[in-house]
Amino acid sequence: MENVLEAKNVNVFYGDFQALKNINMKFKKNAVTALIGPSGCGKSTYLRLFNRMNDYIDSFNMQGDIMVENKNIYNKEIVVEELRKKIGMVFQKPNPFPKSIFENVAYGLKIQGVTNKAVLKNAVRKALQQAALWDEVKLDLDKSALALSGGQQQRLCIARTLAVEPSIILMDEPTSALDPIATAKVEELIRELKQKYTIIIVTHNMQQASRISDYTAFFYMGDMIEYNKTDTIFRNPQYERTQNYITGRFG
Amino acid sequence: MKKEKIIEGLLKLSALVTILTTVGILYVLLSESIAFFREVSIWEFITDKEWTPLFVNKHFGIMPLVAGTLLTTFIAISVALPIGITIAIYLSEYAHKRFKKIVKPLLEILAAVPTVVYGFFALTVVTPFLQSIIPSMSGFNALSAGIVMGIMIIPYVSSLSEDALSAVPKELRNGSYAMGSTRLQTAFKVMVPAASSGIIVSVILAFSRAIGETMIVAIAAGQQPRLTMNPLVPIETITAYIVQVSLGDVQHNSIEYRTIFAAGITLFIFTFILNNIGFYIRKKYREQYE
Repeated sequence: MENVLEAKNVNVFYGDFQALKNINMKFKKNAVTALIGPSGCGKSTYLRLFNRMNDYIDSFNMQGDIMVENKNIYNKEIVVEELRKKIGMVFQKPNPFPKSIFENVAYGLKIQGVTNKAVLKNAVRKALQQAALWDEVKLDLDKSALALSGGQQQRLCIARTLAVEPSIILMDEPTSALDPIATAKVEELIRELKQKYTIIIVTHNMQQASRISDYTAFFYMGDMIEYNKTDTIFRNPQYERTQNYITGRFG
Repeated sequence: MKKEKIIEGLLKLSALVTILTTVGILYVLLSESIAFFREVSIWEFITDKEWTPLFVNKHFGIMPLVAGTLLTTFIAISVALPIGITIAIYLSEYAHKRFKKIVKPLLEILAAVPTVVYGFFALTVVTPFLQSIIPSMSGFNALSAGIVMGIMIIPYVSSLSEDALSAVPKELRNGSYAMGSTRLQTAFKVMVPAASSGIIVSVILAFSRAIGETMIVAIAAGQQPRLTMNPLVPIETITAYIVQVSLGDVQHNSIEYRTIFAAGITLFIFTFILNNIGFYIRKKYREQYE
C-alpha cells in the first residue's frame, strides 16, 4: 500500500515547551491509523499539523516537514484553504453550524462557489448517505442542525466533511462526547469510510483503537514510542510503556 | 447574626430606592400626561401635523418631534451599524489578542466623552465641514447631529457585537476553518449568523440610546419641530423640545408645561419597547448556548 502522508523529523514547540520530539511516520492510504497515548502526549497537536490548524496558536512553532502527496504542506506557496479541502477534520465535540441540516452539508461546496441547486442537492444526499444519516434526516433537511441528537450531529459533521470529497480525514476523539450506541454507529461508519478515505484518528479509548484501526501509534510525552499494525501493538507491543498503557496500568 | 440581618436590610433598601425612583418617575410622567390628555385628545396628539404649543395658535401634534427623533436616530444608526460591526468582526476574527485588549477599551472611551462636547463638535466642526460640501445646508440640521451621535454610539454596537462574536463557541470557528473557509467566509457565513441575536441586541440598545440622546441634538439639530425627512434643515427632537421648555419660562401646571410630560412619555414608550425587545432577544439567545 502506498503512503499518502509523511512526517519527517517533526519537532513542535509551544513557546519553550516541546510538544513533539523528532517524529518520523508514514501513513498508509485507505487505512485507519489510530494515535493513542495519555493526555498531553502530543497526539492532538500532531493530528492538527496535517491540516495546519495549529497555525492559529500564537506560540506554535514547528520544524521539519509534513508531506502530503509528496508536497510539503508547510511550504510558503501552499494555500491553506486548498489544503483543507483535501484534508477534512472531525472534531471532539460535534460542531454543526447554526444552520439547517442541508446548509451544513452544503457549506463546503458553497464556499467553493458551487451554486447549482441540483449539484448541491446531489452532493448533500450522497454525503448524508455515506455518513449513514440520510434515512434519519431526509425529511427534515431544512430543520436546524442543532435540533439533532449528539450522535446525529457528529455524523452530520462527518457528512459535512465528506461533501467536499477530501482524500484524508482527521478525527480528533470523534466519539468522546457520544453515548455507546452513537459511538458504535460512528465506529461502523469509520470502518466503511476507509474503503475510500485515509483516516487518522486520535482516541483515548483503547478498545476503539483496537476495533477500528489498521495501524496504531503510541505517543508519550511528545515522543512517538511505537508504531505498528494495530494487532501487533495490542498483542505484542515491543515496549513496556506501550504494554502498560494499553493494559490500563497507567494513563 | 444580627449584623447579617442589618446588612441584608441595607441591601434590600438600596434595591428598593432604585425601584421607588422608577415608580416615582413613572407616576409623575403618567399623572402629568393624563392631565395633558384631558385637554388634548390622544387622536389630535397623534394625527396633528404641527407642534406649536408655545405659539398663540397652538397645535399639539407630536409627529414632527417623533419625525425629528427618528431622523437623527436613523442617521446615527446608519453610521454606527456598519462601522461598529466592521470593528467587531475585525477585533474578534482578525486582530491579535493583545491588540484587541488595548483597542476595545479605547473605543469605549467614545461613549464616555461628555455629550455636550459631541454637540459642540457637531455644531462647530461637522456642520461647517458639511456646509463646504453642501452649501445649502442650514447651520442647525439633523445630518451633523445624527452623524456625530452615530460616532458616539459606535462602541455600543462594536463592543456588544464583539462580545457576542467572542461568545460563539470556538469549535464553530475551527470547524469552518477546517472546511477550507477563509477568515472572511468564516466571519460572515458562520460567526455573524451564530452571533446574530447578540448583534441585533447591540443595535437595539444603540438605537434606544440614540433616541434618548439629548445634548447633541439640542445643540446641533435645531429647535424647529418640522414633519420632514430632509436631513439638511433644522428640526427638533423630543428630547430637545423637553430641554427647550424646561429651560424656558413657561408657567408650571399650564398646558405648555404639561406638553413636556406628554413628549416624555412618548419617548419613554419608545425606549421601553426597544429595551424589552432587546432583553427578550438576549434571554432567548442565552438559552441557545447554555
